[in-house]
Amino acid sequence: MIIQIAFYLFSTVLLLAAVGVVFARNPVHSVLLLILCFFNAAGLFLLLGAEFLALIMVIVYVGAVAVLFLFVVMMLDVNFAQLRAGFIKMLPVGLAVGGVLLAQLIFVIHAWPHLLALPHAPIPNPANVTNTAALGQVLYTNYFYVFQMSGLVLLVAMIGAIVLTQRHRGDTRRQSVAAQTQRTAADTVEMMQVAVGAGVDIPTTNMGDSK
Amino acid sequence: MIPANLSVEHFLIVAAALFTLGVLGVFINRKNIIVILMAIEMMLLAVNLNFVAFSAQLHDLVGQVFVMFTLTVAAAEAAIGLAILVIYFRRLGNIEVAEASQMKG
Repeated sequence: MIIQIAFYLFSTVLLLAAVGVVFARNPVHSVLLLILCFFNAAGLFLLLGAEFLALIMVIVYVGAVAVLFLFVVMMLDVNFAQLRAGFIKMLPVGLAVGGVLLAQLIFVIHAWPHLLALPHAPIPNPANVTNTAALGQVLYTNYFYVFQMSGLVLLVAMIGAIVLTQRHRGDTRRQSVAAQTQRTAADTVEMMQVAVGAGVDIPTTNMGDSK
Repeated sequence: MIPANLSVEHFLIVAAALFTLGVLGVFINRKNIIVILMAIEMMLLAVNLNFVAFSAQLHDLVGQVFVMFTLTVAAAEAAIGLAILVIYFRRLGNIEVAEASQMKG
């Protein structure tokens, strides 16, 4: 009984928050409602016994992705009222497409044959093995290469994001490694024979500037 | 393990509604790319919910393993998408993607 109440509570709040994400006037509210969405989805994951994924969901989505969204929303100085200009115009199209899609999905759900699928990695008894340990035993053995590939995806995304957003400002002095390593003693040091009492003319180069 | 008194269809219907809301968000917020990206995140969340529901129904851990890969891709997609959004804003001063036609020949 309590599980049913929890399910209906989580799903209701999840769907209401999703409606809010789509229809909120202020994108900051959208992001905050998205965080609520993720929390409730984590609750549903817990009901299904996927404890590790529920916590990962909270950490990754709420801790990283949603905060990233929040940063960008607050960093960009955008006239959001102007962005909502075509909202009403697109609403009938969106509702039509969404309605058809929802009808199709529910149709598929009810037509879903209860397959007698053979489990590739049966879920062990939770009394013996925790969900985290069971996931690790599958992930680090059968799916090891896929796991490595997903790490590579993250690396590429990280480098891509850095390269895309890096900005070369004209007023900062940057180190030129090539110019520094090409520099030899002959370029910079000059031996002079100085007559007694005469001195030398010091050439007016800016010293130490490798540019 | 699906909890007693609940069937996998309960979870599938919630996921279907969530996915539909994501599609709706992409359609009606045609200009605001930030909300479009958030709608895509919601669609991925719905897919994850389906994966976990089927994993519990079929007693198979592979569904949960694949949710982790989906999460990875979703995080990478959000990072790259927001980076592109930032340089787009820096260049044009707005984020109206409906008018993004510079690459049209």
